[in-house]
Amino acid sequence: MTSPQRTVSRRWFLATTAVGMAMAASSGAGARVFFGSGMPWDGGAAVPPQPVVPGPWAFFTPAEARIVEAIVERLIPADELSISGKDAGCAVFIDRQLAGDYGTSARLYMRPPFQPGLPNQGDQSDLTPARKYRAALPAIDDYCRRTHGGRDFAALGPEERDAILTEMEHGKLDLGPNIDSGMFFSQILQNTMEGFFADPIYGGNKDMASWKMIGFPGVRYDYRDHVLKHNQKYPLPPVSIQGRQDWTQRS
Amino acid sequence: MARRLPPKDVVVVGLGWSGSIIANELCEEGLDVVALERGPWRDTASHFNIGYAPDELRYNSRQELMLHPAQLTVTARNDPSQTALPMRQFGSFHPGNGVGGAGVHWAGITWRFSPIDFRLRSHYTERYGAAAIPESMTIQDWGTSYEEMEPFYDRFEYLAGISGKAGNLDGQIQAGGNPFEGARRRDYPNPPMMQTFGPTLFAETAEKMGYKPFPIPSALLSRSYVNPLGIAMGQCTYCGFCTNYGCANYSKASAQTAVLPVLMRKENFELRTLCEVLRVNLDSTGRRATGVTYVDSSGEEWEQPAELVVLCAFMLDNVRLMLLSGIGKPYDHRTGEGAIGRNFCYQMANQVIGYFDPKAYNFNNFIGGGATGTAIDEFNNDNFDHGPLGFLGGGSTRCAPIGAEPISKRPTRPGSPTWGSGWKKAMAETYLSNLSVGCEASSYADRNNFLDLDPTYTDRLGRPLMRITFDFPENDVRMSAYVTKKVAEIVRAMGAQQILENPRTRPWSVVPYQSTHVVGGTAMGLDPKTSAVNPYLQSWDVPNLFTVGANVFPQNSGFNPTGTVGALSFKAADAIRTRYLKSPGPLVQV
Repeated sequence: MTSPQRTVSRRWFLATTAVGMAMAASSGAGARVFFGSGMPWDGGAAVPPQPVVPGPWAFFTPAEARIVEAIVERLIPADELSISGKDAGCAVFIDRQLAGDYGTSARLYMRPPFQPGLPNQGDQSDLTPARKYRAALPAIDDYCRRTHGGRDFAALGPEERDAILTEMEHGKLDLGPNIDSGMFFSQILQNTMEGFFADPIYGGNKDMASWKMIGFPGVRYDYRDHVLKHNQKYPLPPVSIQGRQDWTQRS
Repeated sequence: MARRLPPKDVVVVGLGWSGSIIANELCEEGLDVVALERGPWRDTASHFNIGYAPDELRYNSRQELMLHPAQLTVTARNDPSQTALPMRQFGSFHPGNGVGGAGVHWAGITWRFSPIDFRLRSHYTERYGAAAIPESMTIQDWGTSYEEMEPFYDRFEYLAGISGKAGNLDGQIQAGGNPFEGARRRDYPNPPMMQTFGPTLFAETAEKMGYKPFPIPSALLSRSYVNPLGIAMGQCTYCGFCTNYGCANYSKASAQTAVLPVLMRKENFELRTLCEVLRVNLDSTGRRATGVTYVDSSGEEWEQPAELVVLCAFMLDNVRLMLLSGIGKPYDHRTGEGAIGRNFCYQMANQVIGYFDPKAYNFNNFIGGGATGTAIDEFNNDNFDHGPLGFLGGGSTRCAPIGAEPISKRPTRPGSPTWGSGWKKAMAETYLSNLSVGCEASSYADRNNFLDLDPTYTDRLGRPLMRITFDFPENDVRMSAYVTKKVAEIVRAMGAQQILENPRTRPWSVVPYQSTHVVGGTAMGLDPKTSAVNPYLQSWDVPNLFTVGANVFPQNSGFNPTGTVGALSFKAADAIRTRYLKSPGPLVQV
């Protein structure tokens, strides 16, 4: 690397041209010093997303996975518009998210004291998403077994499941002292939608099912030739971070 | 105990838009400049890689490029009687972090403020009488003028390659531009962007209604461009992953695309990343900064002596550093005394969604960018007669589809189910046939809206969090109701079957995203009792400390702030270069 040979025209405060490079080597892991060398190439600094593939559950127990699949199948049911949330992989998506930084609230402010606030002050719970799922899912199954002759949520028919979910949505299901059913419904609905509409690389939008349903072309990243084609349908199929299925798979 | 480093001429805190502009200008002057950035190094090729830059989950839902609350957050409450609680996740606004700051993930809408903005209290007093300004509304003049700002706006616009259409060249109103803007000496460096269907329909309809629509001034470039520093930038591709994302095309102006390729080559510039400034150090008189103390990512503390300290962090952090360092007098809402923390303001983000016949309208909202679109300015600031209305202020009305990434942007008609087959049908029907028109409106200071240090909550380093005490003043709520009705008239005339009006109402909530345009707290002005810095952005109390950012706005206009922050960066740099270096000391005597 070469520094430009430009001479500093004038020293103002400093009598010396000595510069503080002594600290550079000792300034600590992570912290970095850049000095007159131009734009540093930082290969590998940004981490590409790791493709989620179906397989063993990373966070859910088998019983938790069973109820989550049964829930996402009703939040996004299969119909003429698309496959179901379960078949799209939304439970796999949520599982992987809960096993990672999102599940542990790693990026959030989780310092005490935790005290209840006003609704417009936001979520003040000390429960991470992972702990919310862990607490709520068995409570929902317990409730179903109590009220539906010993059957857990996944054993219920579609209408019965929808009725339970509607009660949750309105905050009317008693899930014990730590979990408000309405809050948990919002949580799982949000996570299901994230999975269904996110890039397929995250496991919940199989074959870009949601994008095809609504007409979102995905990550094409260049629409210059269509900007002025007003009120005309965009002609190309969607593409994802990993491309399209027919680019990579031959069966 | 902090280890002491060899001194520098200048330490710049934060390397976003303002920090990079100031650092570059002061390096040009021959000064040794070190920038301390609390976040990581980021650049286009390595960090906004086109292969995975368009990732809504990562960059929008999980806010990867933004400040994470685990590192630092704020507490919030609506009034002094409440207990402020931490924003455990950022919702209402998204502070930046890392090289480039919030200028990495901004929208790119680049306005000049109105001439009246800089003398707001004087203007309203002259036009409507002093009694028209409510007693608790602490709006004030900036101590500068549009005429003084004009050359600096010009420099920022040419640096960033703004694409737009002049509305007022040397006093001559130009057809197709914003007729309400202040006079500019020359047109934008680049022509306006192309417009998609929605903004085109908005402009046609507005024109029929007698308004004067114009293209939004955009920091997304309409064509390839080489800026005055010699840095080449690319044409925007309308990719629709813009606001909240880094740009992989070198076409959204930012520190990365417009300044750093030159600044980073300067041998008298040094950048240290993942280094968070803890405080500005003062000498025994408390009137002179001796440098800053910062902590690196290993937790080690360093003292960086410097002759000049320039605070260019996110606006909340500039105010907080002054409070943590004991610079100036903290604001006390009970007495109205003290300038640090005073006049914290926000932005009234009002919106109308139109639902059009899906069989006849296809807006393709996924085509767009943060600053593509058209606007009218008839309902902004004092462009309309407030005499009979009972409020002051207004906003810029614009139809600006920023993209339609589907986790976050798939509205359904009011009353639709939120899940199940009914929801799917409703959403699939409206995804391509809905259109939003917003009114980004002014936020005027109130004596009970302010910033101070939280008594309870601390950051990871044990320092008090900033506490925001804020609610929308009655004036701004009335203004929002009025302008939203006006927007709704236009959306109805555009042919919407159904509309949803979302004027901002009390109480302010930290939960839904509204705008990152938080401003104020260390106002600039001519009176040290009500301002923290003079019109050169120099601290009244510590003359070798300057601060640049939206924290120096005394209140907010009905415009996005970045154009003005960019202009103020050049203004402060000019003051340091042409005045301060010749005679270090207070540039304004009182």
